[in-house]
Amino acid sequence: MPLDSTLDTAAPAAPAPAPPATRTEARERAARHRRFTVLGARVLVLALFLGLWEVCARTEVVDPFNFSQPSRIWSQIWQWITHGTAQGSLGEQIAYTLYEALTGWVIGVVGGVLLGIALGRIRFLADVLGPYIKVLNAIPRIVLAPIFLIWFGLGPASKVASAVVLVFFPVFFNAFQGAREVDRNLVANARILGADNRRVTLQVVIPAATTWIFTSLHVSFGFALIGAIVGEYIGATKGLGLLVAAAQGTFNAAGVYAAMTILAVVALLTEGVLTFAEKRLFRWKPADAGDGR
Amino acid sequence: MSEQGKPVTGGGTSTPERPAASSAAVPAIELTNATKRFRTPSGALHTAVRDLDLTVAQGEFVAVVGPTGCGKSTTLTLVSGLEEPTEGEVRVQGRPVAGISDQVGFVFQQDAVFPWRTVLSNVMAGPRFRGVPVAEARERARDWLARVGLAAFEDRYPHQLSGGMRKRVALAQTFVNDPKILLMDEPFSALDVQTRALMSDQLLDLWAGTGSSVVFVTHDLDEAIALADRVVVMTAGPATVKEVFTVDLPRPRTVEAVRLEPRFIEIYREIWASLGEEVRITRERGAGNAA
Repeated sequence: MPLDSTLDTAAPAAPAPAPPATRTEARERAARHRRFTVLGARVLVLALFLGLWEVCARTEVVDPFNFSQPSRIWSQIWQWITHGTAQGSLGEQIAYTLYEALTGWVIGVVGGVLLGIALGRIRFLADVLGPYIKVLNAIPRIVLAPIFLIWFGLGPASKVASAVVLVFFPVFFNAFQGAREVDRNLVANARILGADNRRVTLQVVIPAATTWIFTSLHVSFGFALIGAIVGEYIGATKGLGLLVAAAQGTFNAAGVYAAMTILAVVALLTEGVLTFAEKRLFRWKPADAGDGR
Repeated sequence: MSEQGKPVTGGGTSTPERPAASSAAVPAIELTNATKRFRTPSGALHTAVRDLDLTVAQGEFVAVVGPTGCGKSTTLTLVSGLEEPTEGEVRVQGRPVAGISDQVGFVFQQDAVFPWRTVLSNVMAGPRFRGVPVAEARERARDWLARVGLAAFEDRYPHQLSGGMRKRVALAQTFVNDPKILLMDEPFSALDVQTRALMSDQLLDLWAGTGSSVVFVTHDLDEAIALADRVVVMTAGPATVKEVFTVDLPRPRTVEAVRLEPRFIEIYREIWASLGEEVRITRERGAGNAA
């Protein structure tokens, strides 16, 4: 119903206002109009989804105890913000999770990039270590989280460790591939121009592999968050994962959803920072490749 | 990399026994019985170059023409030191090639400028790799950029330039190292015809002042005759020298003008009689493979 009404008003509105002065102007207006329409439709989808959920929960079409409802989730978030959680203030939980995820991410990325480039450049190392890395990669690494809990205890260290193992492999494989697939002409050119092996690695292979590495960074930050959250979920003293676990333990569905919402916001924000950094770093690339994402 | 450590005297004593190198004591490049075999991914041995004898005198411009894929490029990689011959010997300035010599410059067929470096930084790369201080490297790079007419573009990235401009960056990048030996692997083949003629003239200009020896691989006979002192015709692969022709057209030349001279056409006809046969052989082989 609401969909129809908005379409009705939007459609005739387009050609009516102010006769188009020039074609470019008209085209710009059309483009702007389109952007607004898309944005409006997006908001509408969200509102429709949340509204439907709320209505269904209030009319008991779905069980609000199990499925919760948007208003309850919001009041849960608001309560956490204003009164803090059972484990301390909400900010502290977010900071803990972020700290664990970031530390694990940095360690995993540095390790993955270094080893990936090294194996990509040194054939012997790749031949020797290749099978072992494949075997390690074949293990579903999330099951290592309980082991890390035993090894490193309830503190951040065990979450950092599970984040590291999740992050390391995709980064490693991309760096390895990137180092392997460097344009042979570029390497030959650098060598002819007088570069030794070290310079070829630092000034040709690494810059050329950054595209590959950055692709993996986006994905791997998500993995780092997963590692940290799962680690916290299994056993922790602080963190968003603990919030989820605690909420689940008291059959507080709203709490689980609320923690999820906060996590999504955190993940999106860090993703934005990463995209920004990438744009700065890849000024040398043609624009279309950067915006294609 | 370690050429400095190699015995310098070895080359000086073995004076050229070939009559072709008449002008200078030591030929700039000398290939004797050079053979190069590769192992293909399927495991078979592929002979790219077979029993190749070629001598390039100091300051000489030699063009190498031959059918597509016959192994012309391999010849260049042997001279550059990027690859070693399976058999035979390759000497540069009288010394056997061992690794990449700092006297050699190489212009590649594909774009080989570094896309993440600006134009200036690309041209500075060679001197910087060779340990020249930043300030001096920048000065030399700016000088060469001005000579190829790209002074105004030093802050651009390669993707912001046209194909011809990128090729000029590559030329500056190579010439800034003052190579005594200049190897060019179909450098202008990716350019359109007009840009190609312009680039050829520019190359002749740049080369005129340097006194370096050039081996210019191409499949374009026009280009070969217009540029070179001698044209070497290769056989259908595995490559070996079929015939060598002297181009007695006066220098300085401009590519567009020299093309119209009767002598040019005469030489063209003469060389094509030799080259055309190899091209035909290659084509027939290709047809045989396709069938």
